[in-house]
Amino acid sequence: MSNAQVISANDLRAGHTVYRAADGAWVRDIAEAALIDDPAEAQLALLDAIGHATVIVGAYLVEVRPTPAGPEPVALRERFRARGPSIRPSKASRLQEKAQAYV
Amino acid sequence: MYDASEFDTAFLRHRAAQFRNQVERRLSGSLTEDEFKPLRLMNGVYLQLHAYMLRVAIPYGTLSADQMRVLAEVAERWDRGYGHFTTRQNIQFNWVALTDIPDILERMAEVGLHAIQSSGNCVRNTTADAFAGAAADEIADPRPYAELIRQWSTDHAEFQFLPRKFKIAVTGSTEDRAAIAAHDVGLQLIERDGDIGFRVLVGGGLGRTPMLAQELRPFLPSAELLPYLEAVLAAYNLAGRRDNKYKARIKITVFENGIESFRAAVEEQFARIRPAYSGADQVLLEEIKAHFALPELPAKDPAFHEKTRAVDPLYAAWAGRALSPHKRADYAIVTVAVKTPGEEPGDVSAAQMRALADIAERWGRGELRVTHMQNVVLPHVAKADLPAVHEALRKAGLAAANIGRLGDVIACPGMDYCALATARSIPLAQEITKHFQDLGLEDEIGTLNLKISGCINACGHHHLGHIGILGLDRAGVENYQITIGGHEGDATFPAAIGEKMGPGFAYEAVVPALERLLRAYLDLRAGQDESFLAATRRLGLAPFRAALYGEERDAA
Repeated sequence: MSNAQVISANDLRAGHTVYRAADGAWVRDIAEAALIDDPAEAQLALLDAIGHATVIVGAYLVEVRPTPAGPEPVALRERFRARGPSIRPSKASRLQEKAQAYV
Repeated sequence: MYDASEFDTAFLRHRAAQFRNQVERRLSGSLTEDEFKPLRLMNGVYLQLHAYMLRVAIPYGTLSADQMRVLAEVAERWDRGYGHFTTRQNIQFNWVALTDIPDILERMAEVGLHAIQSSGNCVRNTTADAFAGAAADEIADPRPYAELIRQWSTDHAEFQFLPRKFKIAVTGSTEDRAAIAAHDVGLQLIERDGDIGFRVLVGGGLGRTPMLAQELRPFLPSAELLPYLEAVLAAYNLAGRRDNKYKARIKITVFENGIESFRAAVEEQFARIRPAYSGADQVLLEEIKAHFALPELPAKDPAFHEKTRAVDPLYAAWAGRALSPHKRADYAIVTVAVKTPGEEPGDVSAAQMRALADIAERWGRGELRVTHMQNVVLPHVAKADLPAVHEALRKAGLAAANIGRLGDVIACPGMDYCALATARSIPLAQEITKHFQDLGLEDEIGTLNLKISGCINACGHHHLGHIGILGLDRAGVENYQITIGGHEGDATFPAAIGEKMGPGFAYEAVVPALERLLRAYLDLRAGQDESFLAATRRLGLAPFRAALYGEERDAA
């Protein structure tokens, strides 16, 4: 069984879901999130992430399965967080939104 | 309607400025999230799955046309062009930025709207019969009392840190359109020997431990409302459990201590509190009552409505579902279905909000209500104007003729928005309503309350649905439990909590299961007049359970 995890949070100002990339930056697409296999390393990275208290809110570890398209969350709730609502905002508008994202 | 006083407006402006300062301090790091969270919650700001959500209080569900226009403006300027009416007669904006919320609160304060106490462990927005002040069967208007409760409970120092949230509902009619048995305190205005008073219920609630409220006082003189409520809250504040969030609601306090013991505790508090009320609250109540006088309703010949009904089947179908009796014979109460088949139940676009405001202003004395069924009510429309209202609603995409039918489904935001959800709710509602619309069975099925919750917290009131659906997460897959026989309570059948039928269904299996269930009902009913609920009361649940699981009905 894989121990793969990514760090997720919400953007403090705008509220959207964010993931932590390998360089420590916060990104919106889970495909760009840093995959952490070692549990101890994950805890350290989480502590560092929690320190970004004026940028993000509620950092935590998300269990994922590595796939060719990027990390896929194990939990149903996290899959929804990663994908966005299954209703309303059309794919096009979500892509547009991603392009305009400032984190 | 209630006009915000100078005091109200100044208070709301002050609160908006206070929140602006709190947000600034959070962003600069002077407040930690732990410190900030209770402050934002007291202003209706939640952090959901994908964004912040702002829950705006709509006191007893009443809105003016101007207020509805400001909600449209909020949706357009700061959200994604729509809002979601909730089962608590409020509206939620799902995509607001924290940094915009102070501006939103300031804009809303200009028209007396706010988000105060729409979250947190305090007395929440008091809800009331959406037909208040207009219903033909009304004993007394519940709105002045709901407004009195609002003023008394807002920033009430003693009740800002209750064991848990506290919801009060008031109805003034014999027919309960406010689901009072499902509230922490339910108030029913009744008349006894010429005096108006309240039948007081306590300890109702849904969630993970659904309970119907019990009677605390059969008759409370109306003048004693505030001291008595204060006594109930004081008793709860002392006895309510703070060791376990899931046992903290008053329903558990009443259940664990017993109604007799809780009543004694309330009466003890009441004896202490009552003398402190000098009568100032009654002076205030009289002032409030003046705001809620029936608006001037000029006499109009309803002939055009009857004529249109006779020749236009579409209009006749709509009128058959949407209209309820008004105090005045030449007027009607219009319930606008925010439930267009296949659309998101309870969602209204900014354009629809403006259309509703225009319609209310032109034909409805500028007044609107939000119902706990996630619909909108125009309380005072002359029957002569109904064809014009129907036409305007049709243009706005709000003329579905499905009030009280399967299509009038209630659904919580579910996994598509909510941080607590365990499964989707809205897309399932869309698929169900679309399916039965395509089959053309909705009218044949007749009266049916379908309610869907996306988690055990039951915001979709599934326990009270004639058919209730509860979405759960079973090992990473959505799974839906079906309950049958729930009811909010009316003159024919008392309030009841639905019974769980058995193992849950996968997302894709829910629509076929419901079709089996409802086709079985059509076969089993005594006649067209026997509703689904009535059939379950007559036959018991066994044949319906059998149909749901696809067994031979005879084997049940």
